[in-house]
Amino acid sequence: MPQAVPAVLVDDVSKSFELPREQVHTLKERALHPFRRTGSDTLNALRGVSFSVAPGEFFGIVGRNGSGKSTMLKCLAGIYGADTGRIFINGRLSSFIELGVGFNPDLPARDNVGINATMLGLSPKEGRKRFDAIIDFAELHDFVDLKLKNYSSGMLVRLAFAVMIQVDADILLIDEVLAVGDLSFQQKCFDEFETIRRSGKTVLLVTHDMAAVQRFCDRALLLEHGRVTEEGDPARVGNRYQELNFSEEARVDAAAGTSAIEPAAGTNVPRPEGVSEDTIIVPDFGGSRYGNQNAEIIDAGFEDKTGKRRETLPVGEPCAMVFRALFHERVEDPNFELQLLNSHGDIMFLSSSGPTSGVFDVGDEAHFRIYFENVLAPDRYHLSPAVRRAPGGEWLDYRERFCSVVVTGLGLSGGLVSLRHEQAMFRVEPDGQTHVLKTTEIADNVEEGLRDRDRARDRDRDGDPDGDRDGAEQRVEPTA
Amino acid sequence: MSTIEAPPVREAPDVTGLGDPIKGPTALGSDPVRFWHLTRALAVTDFKLKFFGSVLGYAWQLMRPLLLFGVLYVVFTEIVSLGKDVPFYGVMLLMGIVLFSFFSEATGGAVTSLSDRENLVRRIEFPRLAVPLSVILTALMNLGLNLIVVIIFLMVSGGSVMLTWLEIPLLVILLVFFCTGLGMLLSVGYVRYRDVRPIWDVVLQIMFYATPIFYTITTVSESNATLAKIIMYNPFAAVLQQMRHAVVDPSQPSAAAAIGGTVYLLIPLGIMVVLFFVGYRTFRREAPKIAEIL
Repeated sequence: MPQAVPAVLVDDVSKSFELPREQVHTLKERALHPFRRTGSDTLNALRGVSFSVAPGEFFGIVGRNGSGKSTMLKCLAGIYGADTGRIFINGRLSSFIELGVGFNPDLPARDNVGINATMLGLSPKEGRKRFDAIIDFAELHDFVDLKLKNYSSGMLVRLAFAVMIQVDADILLIDEVLAVGDLSFQQKCFDEFETIRRSGKTVLLVTHDMAAVQRFCDRALLLEHGRVTEEGDPARVGNRYQELNFSEEARVDAAAGTSAIEPAAGTNVPRPEGVSEDTIIVPDFGGSRYGNQNAEIIDAGFEDKTGKRRETLPVGEPCAMVFRALFHERVEDPNFELQLLNSHGDIMFLSSSGPTSGVFDVGDEAHFRIYFENVLAPDRYHLSPAVRRAPGGEWLDYRERFCSVVVTGLGLSGGLVSLRHEQAMFRVEPDGQTHVLKTTEIADNVEEGLRDRDRARDRDRDGDPDGDRDGAEQRVEPTA
Repeated sequence: MSTIEAPPVREAPDVTGLGDPIKGPTALGSDPVRFWHLTRALAVTDFKLKFFGSVLGYAWQLMRPLLLFGVLYVVFTEIVSLGKDVPFYGVMLLMGIVLFSFFSEATGGAVTSLSDRENLVRRIEFPRLAVPLSVILTALMNLGLNLIVVIIFLMVSGGSVMLTWLEIPLLVILLVFFCTGLGMLLSVGYVRYRDVRPIWDVVLQIMFYATPIFYTITTVSESNATLAKIIMYNPFAAVLQQMRHAVVDPSQPSAAAAIGGTVYLLIPLGIMVVLFFVGYRTFRREAPKIAEIL
């Protein structure tokens, strides 16, 4: 694929650590047992990892504990040297493996900002120049000369983060710094990430916060046992990550370099020539399938208020979503889940059956049906049904975006949901006299909308039945 | 109907325009300016902490050598008549103690420096040598202040300003050079073998007595000329002796005279040079692994 020079290129990097079983730490031991070879275990933290990050990309590196993601980060940051392979960094790189590196509790903020900025790659002069901007961002004007040991942890984090974003690097390496600070500061950090992202900087974020990955990352990489098991769309990587967390089988397969994932039925993707077995091929439009399918989801869909299967549903009416699963093994109290996503991929709704769902024998079929009042704004919605062995447990089957439905309506609300509501407007004069200007019931439903319009028209024709009314009725014009 | 994600091309990644691959951690890093900034930032931080960390600040820094000086002075002028007849004995003793304080602070601090700074070494890309060097730099700042005290003491005791004072910077540089060589060796040694520290404590103690600090080299050479020369092979002793000769009292033998000829000065000088290069090579070899072993 022809593209610009990558910002980061990692080419077949391996890194292993020698873990001595019995660490020789003293000269005396060495002197007493000069020829005793202490055994050592080799930990292969990274095994032939390759990936590249384009300039301006927000790239996530995820993995479970011990998967090698921190080692990867440290290799990128130049803290560890790779055993084999090459790492190319095209541009100035700053790493934030920990906030506030070099902070000293016994010195005031002013000194610490200088130290920290120097550590992160600014010259002391640049650090002084940016001091005001840093304090501005951290909102710590009143505490500039306070020693850091007297700072609250929130203030510390704010200061550290403020320094971090003032370091102008082209490539930022960020490790799990999002999990700190109070909510409002976290929000600020998120906003800042958005800014960094828009400013065209390349960001590599190492985390296991999948929400952050899906929110910010353009692409993501999943590491397991030091290998790349998935690369690409953050949502898909996120699902694989979850699967690894819950399924021992998938974990073993990932370690062996294969995948437990099978592409969803009917979307069998041939493995092109030259593509290594390590790479998982999944169709790009989503619709991946996870789990061993010992409980097979065979059918899912939406029903209208009469119980008829529908491809479209009107706003504001009772309806149901449903799926059927066929059991190939006996499972006690499996957990059934339904996830509803809108066209942007936001999870609009999630419901699960909870801990006591009963016992299903081989050959049994489970029907899971959710009745609800359709308050969803007009859009296309996808349904992702899942069966887990237990709540929060291993997936037996999970069919991402298995089926979809279009919700029809007038599209009045402009929000994610369309609630039937009533508007009321009053005019209050200085002497306290109150006039009702109008009251209108609003529903997104086409049928009701038409009915409302007719009612309003009738009222107009009959004249103002209510003396207080001196404003025009709001009219609801159907647009669909 | 589906696009297939191309896997990273492992066989021949296109590296045009990318420059050289990164090298991982090294002793010196790739940017000398950054190296200096870091070393200075670390050293200044340490110095500030010592200076402003307590109410009396610098007074404490001075107190230790001064107390040692007071005790030794009383012992060796009033109880043992070792320094009674030596002109400027007080100043010479103080000079010895101040220089030795620097030596022990620099090398003793360097021993544990890498593990003291573990949080830095393991968390940011960092020219590793900046860590022990910063300790030596902090010690050097202290030495600067302490030397002023020595000079004041000298003037009060009736000494005079001499042209040979110009040797001070050169001698200090030599001492720093010596400490740096030792510091590199010790700091990286401690990462692998934790007993470097007690060993070095003992060595420092021996050095204190084996160096003409509270006695003069002439006292030794009067009773055993060979021993006096061997003592002078110690680079620290050579620097100290020359310092006394050039700064305090010209009637003291110069280092060259004490060692028995200018040529013999090559021995302490050689020790310094060899230590420096052995230290540097060891440090450079171990630098990439420091973060992992710590």
